[in-house]
Amino acid sequence: MSVEPPRMEEPRERSRRDTALRIALPVAVLALCVLAWDLAVRLTETPAYKVPGPGLVFATLVSDWTILSASLLVTLTTTFEALGLAVAGGVALAILFSQSRLVEYSLYPYAVILQVTPVVAIAPLLLIYLPQPAAVLACAWIVAFFPVLANTTLGLSSVDRNLVDLFALYGASRAKVLLHLRLPAALPAMLAGVRIAGGLSLIGAVVAEIAAGSAGAGSGLAYRIAESGYRLMIPRMFAALLLLSLAGIAIFFALSLLSHLVLRRWHESALSPER
Amino acid sequence: MSGPTPIVSLRGVGKAFAAVVALDQFDFAVREREFVSLLGPSGCGKSTALRLIAGLAAPTSGAIEWRDGRKPARGALGFVFQEPTLMPWASVSGNVQLPLRLLGLDRAAAGERVATALAGVGLADFARAYPRELSGGMKMRVSIARALATAPQLLLMDEPFAALDEITRFRLANDLLRLWQALGKTVVFVTHSVFESVFLSSRIVVMTPRPGRVFAEILIDAPYPREESFRTSPEYAGFCRRVSQALAQAMAGGDA
Repeated sequence: MSVEPPRMEEPRERSRRDTALRIALPVAVLALCVLAWDLAVRLTETPAYKVPGPGLVFATLVSDWTILSASLLVTLTTTFEALGLAVAGGVALAILFSQSRLVEYSLYPYAVILQVTPVVAIAPLLLIYLPQPAAVLACAWIVAFFPVLANTTLGLSSVDRNLVDLFALYGASRAKVLLHLRLPAALPAMLAGVRIAGGLSLIGAVVAEIAAGSAGAGSGLAYRIAESGYRLMIPRMFAALLLLSLAGIAIFFALSLLSHLVLRRWHESALSPER
Repeated sequence: MSGPTPIVSLRGVGKAFAAVVALDQFDFAVREREFVSLLGPSGCGKSTALRLIAGLAAPTSGAIEWRDGRKPARGALGFVFQEPTLMPWASVSGNVQLPLRLLGLDRAAAGERVATALAGVGLADFARAYPRELSGGMKMRVSIARALATAPQLLLMDEPFAALDEITRFRLANDLLRLWQALGKTVVFVTHSVFESVFLSSRIVVMTPRPGRVFAEILIDAPYPREESFRTSPEYAGFCRRVSQALAQAMAGGDA
């Protein structure tokens, strides 16, 4: 160990307190906001069809659980299907790009175009040409696919050049370089892409459902929100929105956990601050 | 010293990168079981020479001739880089195993050789550790074990100890000499340290910078094994003086 600056307290103790603060502070902010919301609704006597109080939203969540949970399941199914396809497609295309510059030059611009065209604008078209579930899935996939592709492409090309030389020294085939060197080296960047894609596939699914919902079919959470809006069932709108954002948070944490578990033994990003 | 045919000879080798001539008319031969150092300032093309021998780059001019007229088989060369160059996602044994797996050995067959190589560098107890858990010196030991795993005839080392602290460097140098003697290898060692090259080498090739050429060859005919006491002997100091003078002349000549 080299000389270290003096520390006020044990690093382990400090990191534990850090973790406690990182959980306690956002929870406190949430509690304050809910309280303020509740107070504001009560004091101004705002009717529930304008802004429902948090208690009513929660009660609606419980009373409408049958409908809402079924819709949640539909949206989550779309999200995970889209995420799975985005990961498969993004990684496969990135590998193809890393193996052939010609393919990369030919196709990469179109991947970018697909990404920069707002999905809200594509959704109505897709709904004309595809059956509705397929159109929703396609929208979610379009949004989620690019971060996986871009990050994996970056990861596959960010390889220690000395290691590339080492593989060449032992006459490793391209397949072996890919399997034993490029793919493991790309894993951190790939997982970062997947984490972004998780949130985006939910957004894509919601956007497509809203677009489809106005056309009259569908049963996902976003469709529920649109439908409740038309029927002035404002508490249910809030309840569905709450479920959606909880789903988004759960997806984010699940993918962060996955990334941590895969990388914890070796990657800097997964190391604890203590040494 | 000049007895048998060299393992490999570089004859009039030149290597140019875009505008820079790294090597020009470079003549150099590696003899069986010697520990030869290429010594020179940075930018004198000594690392380039090593990469040419390893087959990682091709010479622009001149020829590289191997003793039996054939390039060495895969695994007959070991290479140690300036950085440990370990795969962070693989354990110590996974890293040392890599060359063997790339040569097509299965896990079981590789296992024994990995254990031997790790024991050779004193890391038998660290087979399951990950690189990030090791100190700089230990990482370099893993890197050396990896290079030795295929039992290569020729070991090429590119300033392997340059990034280490002096205490670690001395210990690794002692251990490297012990391994070299025990295993009967041939080593080509690139360095910019006069003291390191004198301690380790049986022969030192002093190079001129830009373009890299052989300036002088100095035999260090102090007997092996060389222990710590050699570092403080008048004999060692004498060799260091000679080599330093040669290096100073090489740099003056190279810049002129």
